[in-house]
This record gives sequence, C-alpha cells and structure tokens, in this order.
Amino acid sequence: MSEWIISILLLIGGAFVLIGSIGLVKMPDFFMRLHGPTKATTLGMASLLIAAMVFFSTTQDSLSVKEILISIFLLLTAPISGYIMIKSAIHHKLESIERTKGKQNIEDDI
Amino acid sequence: MLDTVILIVFAMIGISLLLNVWRLLVGPSVPDRILALDTMYINSIALIILYGINMGTELYFEAALLIAMLGFVSTVAVCKYLLRGDIIE
Amino acid sequence: MRLESRFKWLPAPILSILLFLVWLFLNNSMSNGHLLLAAILAIFIPLATSPFRTKQPLVIKYGLAFRHLLLVLYDIITANFQVAVLILGPTKKLTPGFVKVPLDLTHSMPITILASTVSLTPGTVSAEVYPWREDFKKDEDLEQRFLLIHVLDLKDEQALIDTIKTRYEAPLKEIFQC
Repeated sequence: MSEWIISILLLIGGAFVLIGSIGLVKMPDFFMRLHGPTKATTLGMASLLIAAMVFFSTTQDSLSVKEILISIFLLLTAPISGYIMIKSAIHHKLESIERTKGKQNIEDDI
Repeated sequence: MLDTVILIVFAMIGISLLLNVWRLLVGPSVPDRILALDTMYINSIALIILYGINMGTELYFEAALLIAMLGFVSTVAVCKYLLRGDIIE
Repeated sequence: MRLESRFKWLPAPILSILLFLVWLFLNNSMSNGHLLLAAILAIFIPLATSPFRTKQPLVIKYGLAFRHLLLVLYDIITANFQVAVLILGPTKKLTPGFVKVPLDLTHSMPITILASTVSLTPGTVSAEVYPWREDFKKDEDLEQRFLLIHVLDLKDEQALIDTIKTRYEAPLKEIFQC
C-alpha cells in the first residue's frame, strides 16, 4: 500500500520538476520563464520530499519527518529568489515580448 | 515496482537537468543564466533525495539541506551583484 | 496593530515556535534533552537577535492566521496544476502582462508576506513595490504603495486585482490588525 503512495508521489514530483524545466526552455522571454521554476518546481520538490518521508517512515522503525524541513525552506525561499531575479531583470531592462500588456506600469528604478 | 518508478523519475530529473544546462548555455541574458542555475540546484536536491531513496539511507539528507541553503544564498548574492555592482555595501 | 510583544522575554512568538519545531525536526527526536535544548534555543535566539531587527507588526489573530495558511497551501496546489497546463499548452496563445495592484498594507512585513503569497499562487509573480524607500525608518508614513506583478496569462485585469485584494490582502489586514 505504502509502495503505491510513494510511487504516485514520486511520479507527480518528477512530472512537476520536468514541467518546470520545460517552461524554462519553452517560454519566449525572461518574465514568462520565471513562472515555471518558481511554482512547478516548488510543488514537485514538496511532493518528492513527502514521498521520501513516507518511504523512510515505513522502511525504518522510527517516524521520519525531517524531510519536510527542505520543503518548508524551498517554499519560503522560492518567492524571494524569484523576486530578486525579476528585480535584477527589470534593472537590466530586459525585453519582454511584444504582446505583453501594461508595460507602462514598470517605473524606472534609481 | 518501486525500483522501476525510481528509474523513471531519475530519467525525468536527468532530462530536466539537461534542459537547464541548455538554458544555461544559450540563455540570452545574465538573469536567464541565474534562473537556470537556480533551477539546477533545486533539481540536484531532487536527485540527491532520490538517490537516498534508492540506496535506502537517510545519510544524504544533510547534504540536500546544505545545498538548498547555499543555493539560495548564492542566487541572492549573484542577483545583488547584478543590481548594485557590489554584494556587501 | 501591535509592535511589541506582550512578554518581554518572548519578542517574536512565531519565530520561537518555528525555531522549536525546526530543532526537533532536524534531530528527528522527541527526547527530553532535545525538548529542553529546543526551548532554550527558541527563547534565546529571538532575544539575542531582536535588537538588530526593525519592529514589525505581530500576529494578533492566530486562528485566522492558521486558516489563511491552509487556504494558501490549497491555492498553491491548485495554482501549480493551472500553471502546468499553461506551460504545456500552446505558448502563442498566452497573453502576459504587468499589473499594478494598489496596497492597503503599510508595513514591510505584511507586504512581504503578501508578495510571497502572490508569487506562489496562480500565474503571478510579484516583481516590485512602488515607491520603495531605502531607509526603513519611514516605515510608518502612510503613502499609497503599489505592488507590480507579472501575470503569465492576463485575461481580466480588474478581476485579478479584486481577487488579490479580497482573497489575500483582506485576511492579512485582519491578522495583523492594521
């Protein structure tokens, strides 16, 4: 039974990590590329780590919860690294593709 | 069954690492490359955790935690350098 | 809004709880020694670091904060499936856009939490806060601030702004009472 849960969680996690990287390659400009790694990869990692947690809890005698720490850490830091990357992209005045709406909303930074 | 699934997921993460390397080499601008590196370290954590499951040992957990922390700090440091031309002002 | 904690020896209650749990998780044990050491760390680290930090509003409604956390976790999971569909679908149909969301929050801590929530939920990444002062001493002055977000697939701008304001910002205002 637990083998099934671990397998499904592992497959979901791997699929999300793969989708995040596909988004990184496929999207046409930097701002759209950022969406894949910040979101899909985070959930993929959380799912992989929960699978690891279930695996070590069932194969070993004691309950193992420390894998959840990495998920929490990634969940906390993914928005921050995304924010600072998009900030440096705006600072470098990277081109966004032409059909982007609301480009006038970007103000010049100091 | 678990062994087959682990092999499949290994292949998935390997492909995503290759895609990241492609973006790292091609990426037209510097923030693109930083984003590729950022994704690469997260994927390598996935790889380490998966290897730990495959070997049935929890020894690799500390390594994964350390890579998570150092990767985040290095991403922020490189972006800070791009923003200000200096890391610690 | 309350900037000072009720107990002088516990300047940041949430940070203390987090430290306590992280220590227990790291050691993966519930033995008496580790409980004692976790309690010591949870009390002394916030005490030692509080002089370096600027005063931020503290959580007042804990029940609401917990419910908001569960809502955000649920939203993260659904958001990820939406983003996965958007990424795998045809790229040509996507209409990205930058949207400016006016903020009612004034302090940097609630704004940070809102920006992180926005980054983790459907198709949006928060990009910038305008106008942002470099000196955080001016944290108290009431100035209209805007959050610039990048949307992967922008359909209805006003609906998106309304969703963010009612679903994520209103509970935060309630939690911090500001």
